[in-house]
Amino acid sequence: MSATRDTGARTDGRTDENGTGDTATRDAGDLGAAGAQLSTAPRETVMPGSFGGARAPGVTGRLAWTGREVIGWARWIWRQLTSMRVALILLFLLSLGAIPGSLIPQSGTDETKVADFLARHTTIGPVYEKLGLFHVYSSAWFSAIYILLFISLIGCIVPRTWQFVGQLRGRPPRAPRLLTRLPAYTTWRTAAAPEEVRDEALKLLKKRRFRAHLDGDAVAAEKGYLREVGNLAFHIALIVMLVAFAWGQLFKSEGNKLIVEGDGFANTLTQYDDFKSGSLFDTDDLEPFSFVLEDFEGTYEETGPNKGTPRTYQAKVDYSVGADGKEQKKTVKVNEPLDIDDSKVYLTAHGYAPVVTVRDGKGEIVYQQAVPLLPLDSNVTSTGAIKVMDGYKDAKGKQEQLGFQAFFLPAYGGEGTAVVSQFPALLNPVLNLAAYHGDLGVDAGLPQSVYQLEKKNMKEFKDSKGKQLRENLKPGETMQLPNGAGSITFEKGVKEWANFQVTRQPGAGWALAGAFGAIFGLAASLFIQRRRVWVRAVTGPDGVTVVEMAGLGRSESAKVPEELGVLAGHLYDLAPGAPDTPDQPDNDSPDQPGNDTPEPPAVPAEGAETK
Amino acid sequence: MTLAAATDLAATDFAAATDLAAATNEHLANVSNTLIYSAMAVYTLAFFAYIAEWLLGSRSKVGRTAAALTADQAGKAGKKAAGPAVTVQNAGGTAVLERPQVVTRAAAGARDVPDGPGAHGGDEQGDLYGRIAISLTVLAFLIAFGGVLARALSVQRAPWGNMYEFNITFSTVAVGVYLALLAMKKNVRWMGLFLVTTVLLDLGLAVTVLYTASDQLVPALHSYWLYIHVSTAIFCGAVFYVGAVGTILYLFKDSYENKLATGGKPGRFATSVLERLPASASLDKFSYRVNAAVFPLWTFTIIAGAIWAGDAWGRYWGWDPKETWSFITWVAYACYLHARATAGWKGRKAAYIALAAFACWLFNYYGVNIFVTGKHSYAGV
Ligand code: HEM
Repeated sequence: MSATRDTGARTDGRTDENGTGDTATRDAGDLGAAGAQLSTAPRETVMPGSFGGARAPGVTGRLAWTGREVIGWARWIWRQLTSMRVALILLFLLSLGAIPGSLIPQSGTDETKVADFLARHTTIGPVYEKLGLFHVYSSAWFSAIYILLFISLIGCIVPRTWQFVGQLRGRPPRAPRLLTRLPAYTTWRTAAAPEEVRDEALKLLKKRRFRAHLDGDAVAAEKGYLREVGNLAFHIALIVMLVAFAWGQLFKSEGNKLIVEGDGFANTLTQYDDFKSGSLFDTDDLEPFSFVLEDFEGTYEETGPNKGTPRTYQAKVDYSVGADGKEQKKTVKVNEPLDIDDSKVYLTAHGYAPVVTVRDGKGEIVYQQAVPLLPLDSNVTSTGAIKVMDGYKDAKGKQEQLGFQAFFLPAYGGEGTAVVSQFPALLNPVLNLAAYHGDLGVDAGLPQSVYQLEKKNMKEFKDSKGKQLRENLKPGETMQLPNGAGSITFEKGVKEWANFQVTRQPGAGWALAGAFGAIFGLAASLFIQRRRVWVRAVTGPDGVTVVEMAGLGRSESAKVPEELGVLAGHLYDLAPGAPDTPDQPDNDSPDQPGNDTPEPPAVPAEGAETK
Repeated sequence: MTLAAATDLAATDFAAATDLAAATNEHLANVSNTLIYSAMAVYTLAFFAYIAEWLLGSRSKVGRTAAALTADQAGKAGKKAAGPAVTVQNAGGTAVLERPQVVTRAAAGARDVPDGPGAHGGDEQGDLYGRIAISLTVLAFLIAFGGVLARALSVQRAPWGNMYEFNITFSTVAVGVYLALLAMKKNVRWMGLFLVTTVLLDLGLAVTVLYTASDQLVPALHSYWLYIHVSTAIFCGAVFYVGAVGTILYLFKDSYENKLATGGKPGRFATSVLERLPASASLDKFSYRVNAAVFPLWTFTIIAGAIWAGDAWGRYWGWDPKETWSFITWVAYACYLHARATAGWKGRKAAYIALAAFACWLFNYYGVNIFVTGKHSYAGV
């Protein structure tokens, strides 16, 4: 790995055990600038202990010393924060910090579970609460980790980009004195003149898209800069993603609305059944649009093994954008929301809304409405409540409230079968009603579910046998309340309802762009190898040209010698081996004038890193 | 019940409403089960063949590592890497000329240890058994593949709707990755025994504890993003697994080499086994490459999941336990890659991080499904 070469300082403690530490030092010296700056990774810095240096006597001396000390420490801290080691620690903390949020209930996803947890764990619960463990991903400490990480990231990217631009404007470093010291090396003698060889080498390398130039007696070339570009792009993409995500969290909103066929919805806060939003959300952020549910369409497989499986499941809506936008049609399906700018309208649920008419003792209509009921099972056995809150007077003319507990079966199995639906479609709709009168409790001011009857102050209507009045109605049928108390009719034409979730998550497009930028950057960074090649051609002591080629990658890689072999092959064709020399070109230990050190250990490049 | 809770309930029921456990093709499901059991039988045979290879291989006592680590390194000559042969047209015929050969050097300071000969240790009979083992592995892979396919056909969807299906697909892909690396002439034969052993465990777990009768998918799972997301997730997992096996063996081999280098004397069994594995540097590079190569795909997997979540649930990221653990796994592998780029964290320390990262992946796969409930819980146990 080149970090060693970049810094010229060894940090790998094991080296000396193997007795090769000397080679390493010699190596760094021999390669000199040739191996420098193959990447822009920051260097490890050593803390000097004091930055102030000598302190001059007197107050000014003291002040100057303190100033140097403060600046020194500030720079040191900044350098630490932007070092790879701290980045590593912060990454590590980030993954550790994310863990509790997956194991402890989070208020963001499930408020009731959190309440449950708090109720069950009276000692540890409050401690968790203090530590923000019920909202880990928005807690101060989790934020601190990722904010530090991103400061570190920015502090890392900026200088690296600078440095890289510098490298792009400069030229590949000149050939080191001893090419034999490089990880991949080859040499031969040729009859061609040195200038000729160098020219050909320059042309060859340029054709292969190396950045190459002639420097003295050798050609220096480098390739694979896209690796650095990819790496920088990846880290920048991470910032783009984080900012987009944070933006989305702050300005997001999410609301639900149940709509019966024929009814409409306008995107204002008051229209929602429930609504959540991010901390910087403003009601003005809601896109002005409205839509009407024209028709819900659900058809189901009627026979065969997949009986009951939905075949079509969609809501047809007419929508318009803006205050007086043109009306447009759209079909919303489960994984196909309606897209309006940053908002998406999802179809999340469906059910039936039987239309009922309630008459009082005098036969006057006091209630007529489609009542949405909630499905209980896969065949849409549904339940809910019908609440007649005002306008009703009983037989004696006394003001009262009526309530009906309703069960609805779109496909009733017939007399004698259980009160559950047999199929999700409207094959044999039956509305089962149980009637109550009294006080619905809605005036108490406490919020109440529209789907449940609060029976505390309600009395059952009794039938002739003294049992609770309960009847199965078919469309068009009416149930009479006892003693002339009125009636309730299940009208023909059952309506359907659909539940829509309207979410707004601004910045999603940026997050996606960042995500794909990150992938491509990463791929470039991991799969592209940055490497250097040098070709030296000089006239040897015997007057024959000696060609030397060497390759250096950011790390040991099988590809560097392979590529060098190919390049050498091509150059060899252009400058073939000199004939009839006693010294064969593939001499194992190519002798260099002045090279009297023993050959260093060498291994085949197979299995070397691609990094 | 608040209205929100009520509509939530409605939403759940909506999922249930469309999740109709309609009868599926029983026959194909049975065929699939038979194939999976047959594959297990063949894997078992392969397992024994690998064992035979290792046993026979123990007859040869090579001790190359020790030789390499104790030899006087300074005296050795540089080695040549095979360069591409250059053919030159001569008048009258083609002659292969003596041509420049590329000499390579190990990075300064690296241990110069040759790779082991493989499980057979150079023993001919051992090699034969090794080849038989690989053939059996190929056969078992094909049968298992058939089993996965039959399962897919029987449920008429991709075979990864629950953990049973996930497991059988996962082990099949892992073996596929191994065989593909073999076919690409990579030096991975040493991995056979370790891989097949764990594949047998994985399948055993699948058919006993995790077995789920075939059924239909809930509608949130009906999306082509599912195919992309889950198939890449399984593939990444299989590759990470292969990398993890390499990492574990690296740790063993590295301490073995360390011991030899410092004059220690490892036990006989350790010597016999570890001598035959590739050098620790090779193992380290192998697992690094495998992990690094698949990391971009893992990144993509998470993004595909986010896109899918955006379409299905109305938010692309919601810190659901499964999402959280994918993220943790991702960050852990990023840690590993960073560690490799930082001097002082290479080698064993980086290897521990790689193993921790793989443990995160495993927890995401088993732990989250079993211990944690979230939106992904329908990937039924
Ligand atoms: C959000 C946090 C981060 C993630 C997920 C991340 C991820 C990665 C990954 C996956 C690589 C591997 C690519 C390769 O090996 O070439 C990488 C490389 C790198 N990262 Fe980061 N990184 C993060 C933060 C940082 C920070 C804060 C720094 C600066 C201190 C940094 C500096 C680097 C450098 C210099 C490399 C290239 C190393 C080399 O050239 O081999 N990264 N990063």
